[in-house]
Amino acid sequence: MSTQDAIAPFVDASYLNMDMLRFSTAGSVDDGKSTLIGRLLYDTKSIFEDQMEAIETASARRGEEYVDLALLTDGLRAEREQRITIDVAYRYFATPRRKFIIADTPGHVQYTRNMVTGASTAELAIILVDARNGVLTQSKRHAFISSLLQIPHLVVAINKMDLVDYSEEVYEQIVKDFEDFAAKLDVDDIIYIPISALLGDNIVNKSEKMAWYNGPTLLHHLEHVNVGARRNLIDFRFPVQTVLRPNWEYRGFAGRVASGSVKPGDEIVVLPSKQTSKVKGVDGPEGPLEEAYAGDPVVITLEDEVDVSRGDMIARRNNMPNIGNVVEAYLCWMHETPMEPNKPYVIMHTTKSAMAHVSNLTYRIDVDTLHREQATQLNVNEIGLVEVVSAKPLTFDQYKNNSETGSFVLIDPATNVTVGAGMIRGASSTVLDSPGEKEAISRDVVWEPWNIPREEREARNGHPGSVIWFTGLSGSGKSSIARELEKRLYARGAQTMLLDGDQVRHGLCGDLGFDNDDRNENIRRVAHVARLFFEQGNIAVCTFISPFKKEREMARNLIANGRFVEVFVDCDIEECKRRDPKGLYKKAMEGKIQNFTGISSPYEAPTNAELVIDTAAMSVEEAVERVIKHLEAGGLLPS
Amino acid sequence: MVNVTSPKRTHIQQLESEAIYVMREVAAQFERPVILFSGGKDSIVMVHLAKKAFAPGKIPFPLLHIDTGHNFEETITYRDWLANEVGAKLEVRYVQDSIDKGRVKEETGPNASRNALQTITLLDALKELQIDCAMGGGRRDEEKARAKERFFSHRDMFGQWDPKNQRPELWNIFNGRKNPGEHFRAFPISNWTEMDVWQYISAENIPMPSLYFSHTRPVFRRNGMLLAATDFLRPMEGEVLEEKIVRFRTVGDATCTGAVDSFASNLQEIIQEVAAARITERGGRSDDKRSEAAMEDRKREGYF
Ligand SMILES: Nc1nc2c(ncn2[C@@H]2O[C@H](COP(=O)(O)OP(=O)(O)O)[C@@H](O)[C@H]2O)c(=O)[nH]1
Repeated sequence: MSTQDAIAPFVDASYLNMDMLRFSTAGSVDDGKSTLIGRLLYDTKSIFEDQMEAIETASARRGEEYVDLALLTDGLRAEREQRITIDVAYRYFATPRRKFIIADTPGHVQYTRNMVTGASTAELAIILVDARNGVLTQSKRHAFISSLLQIPHLVVAINKMDLVDYSEEVYEQIVKDFEDFAAKLDVDDIIYIPISALLGDNIVNKSEKMAWYNGPTLLHHLEHVNVGARRNLIDFRFPVQTVLRPNWEYRGFAGRVASGSVKPGDEIVVLPSKQTSKVKGVDGPEGPLEEAYAGDPVVITLEDEVDVSRGDMIARRNNMPNIGNVVEAYLCWMHETPMEPNKPYVIMHTTKSAMAHVSNLTYRIDVDTLHREQATQLNVNEIGLVEVVSAKPLTFDQYKNNSETGSFVLIDPATNVTVGAGMIRGASSTVLDSPGEKEAISRDVVWEPWNIPREEREARNGHPGSVIWFTGLSGSGKSSIARELEKRLYARGAQTMLLDGDQVRHGLCGDLGFDNDDRNENIRRVAHVARLFFEQGNIAVCTFISPFKKEREMARNLIANGRFVEVFVDCDIEECKRRDPKGLYKKAMEGKIQNFTGISSPYEAPTNAELVIDTAAMSVEEAVERVIKHLEAGGLLPS
Repeated sequence: MVNVTSPKRTHIQQLESEAIYVMREVAAQFERPVILFSGGKDSIVMVHLAKKAFAPGKIPFPLLHIDTGHNFEETITYRDWLANEVGAKLEVRYVQDSIDKGRVKEETGPNASRNALQTITLLDALKELQIDCAMGGGRRDEEKARAKERFFSHRDMFGQWDPKNQRPELWNIFNGRKNPGEHFRAFPISNWTEMDVWQYISAENIPMPSLYFSHTRPVFRRNGMLLAATDFLRPMEGEVLEEKIVRFRTVGDATCTGAVDSFASNLQEIIQEVAAARITERGGRSDDKRSEAAMEDRKREGYF
């Protein structure tokens, strides 16, 4: 090929029509990552002559048989030797089809944080495996992080095939081992390519030594893999970066369309204030646009004078993100000073910043085994499931559906350093789906995805759904408090429903008696009903004696984390007997009622209730006030 | 660059969008940012992007030029024209003033350059103007060391960069928090390659200073470089002054910016030069002036 032919694609207009693939590379030390990157740069002729000369000289000086392409990305080697912080490096090359950005992430044991950083913008990850070593713990770690970060395409590059006689058996074994592990992960597209980075087999040209391999070469795959899978083109989200006000007539909201699309005339809502308006104009850098899509930088003008500032989000009225102060997220810790619950941090999410803290570290994930472990803190390079409480409400989506509105970082306000990277799993534990790993689904739950997600119903209701579960002896005062509470909630505009023990006994559970089995069945039914109301976005107020711990636990497990509030209405049995509003104690003591809680059937008092109310010391009013305060503090009721 | 009919976006559109996003983040997160303007092609592209980022408004921050006093006349003319054209405020600070105030000491000898001195003038200017973020046209593909630079790069009280202690940068979240007295450098075109820059200039029809295109001028050879004879730089004994057809690939301090033999008189031809240097396999090309020319494009003045 003549020089002119070779450069033609880069000088004519087709250069401007290329698309772009950002990919990350990960491998353990000496798997051949530097060699592979050097090979890609070399074979795509992305190397300047002076660079090439330099490494040829260096290789010759060392008496090496082949030009050591690893020297091209030599920076890292030097760092390794000097033991200074190894960091993500970005490299560039282009073929006539595509421009590529490589996030070169050093795969050293401790460098989970580098991999997470590189993976955060990647659409494809190459995981290197040394054919001689097979699938190591570290390969699994790389795969797990790729799936956690929701990289749409994985390439397992089985390198150094020249050192295993280009053996198909070796390849097949590695594929099998990797697949066994990958089955536990949430990745859709994995391809396995046998290569020799050193000799160039299956990198750009098909290897003659591996006729048994029918798949694409690495470069062919990189050039043809579908790009844009990370882009969500459905849900319109527009985090406002800054307000442009060049003159009195023009007030525009500048930002980048995070997802979806927008056009003049769209009915929108500004979040979190929920003011509504219509899109007047969508201005691109070169003037008005008919429509703008995910990734486009635009300035949006609205028909009405609404109050919008940086950190607000514009969405469509009938497709809103979640709004709330509490999120559940996978958190990767990036700093030597460990993450501790309740320490003050700053959260940066889309264009919003707020004070925040980690209210709960649910578990830590061993990134090598995927086991969950109890933990009180996260150390550098560790990943855990946490609950983050933000001082300002966040407008967010699940990371899985929208990496733009589902990601955040935590900053240490004392040093201003970025210390954590988070991927939102949901408003709080939505137990039933999770990115990264498949989760055991509770035995109690028959899992059917809800047709309309609870988050959307909650957004419309303007408050989170929850279940307030009152437990206590008959006559303790549960029902009076619950009834009053429901009225107060209703008066405040909340969606609410009271489920009362006596009531359900007449209908839904009219066939049940009071022996232990029937009591359990009674609670099972009402717990599921409570769940339905909860999923509908209601504050379900439940008042049941529910004497057994196990049954209350069952009810709790049906409801998302943090949304089940157990209120123990504590009242001395003698006081209950004295009150005896329905004359039941009297009948029980006379033996006219069997299995009566407190008389002839036990009551297992809760030990971990969210609230304990002593009705001997508190009026109904005071008790209701306490419950409301508790809901407000926990973000379950807008104050 | 936005195509109105389909959601498909080319790499240049994506890079443009990214740069605009970063510039708007800078405008939103900092109180007194500037664009460092050197007269070179990267800073010209930066100004063009800034214009787009804040349209229909004006660029909401000034351009800052650190003038070594050794600039080509064309650079100064272009600079003043551009600032006026985009309606941005232009701040110029002179290395000569730093020398006069005794802040820096002028180098002596035939190879004396003010390149190193301008760092002091720059830091003084940032302090004087209370700049909290200085945007530059640095690109990661320029050299190995820059491959790890962040979009938002934190500088301490002394304007120093600590490569060992950079903040991780994930997704599109840029952490610009700092203590009083500290500042940031921001690099909106980090992910652009030299080819992207030239192609963009060509696609967007950005007017470029005449120095970039081939022209005839008196030059002489020193240390393997073709230097232009100017008021402040004359050939020494033994150095031959000759008229040549040349162009400049970087435009900076005239005492250390070499010209190259080149007939590239328009953007298409410059792009050819750049492509040839990148793509050509080794061998038989040592006499290819075009590739030699383009290669030097990567050597840049020492702003950063
Ligand atoms: N035989 C053979 N050696 C390889 C291959 N790829 C890399 N190597 C060698 O493996 C060693 C480590 O490679 P390097 O690229 O530095 O690994 P890194 O630590 O992952 O960047 C070097 O000596 C390479 O020459 C390959 O495909 N075949």
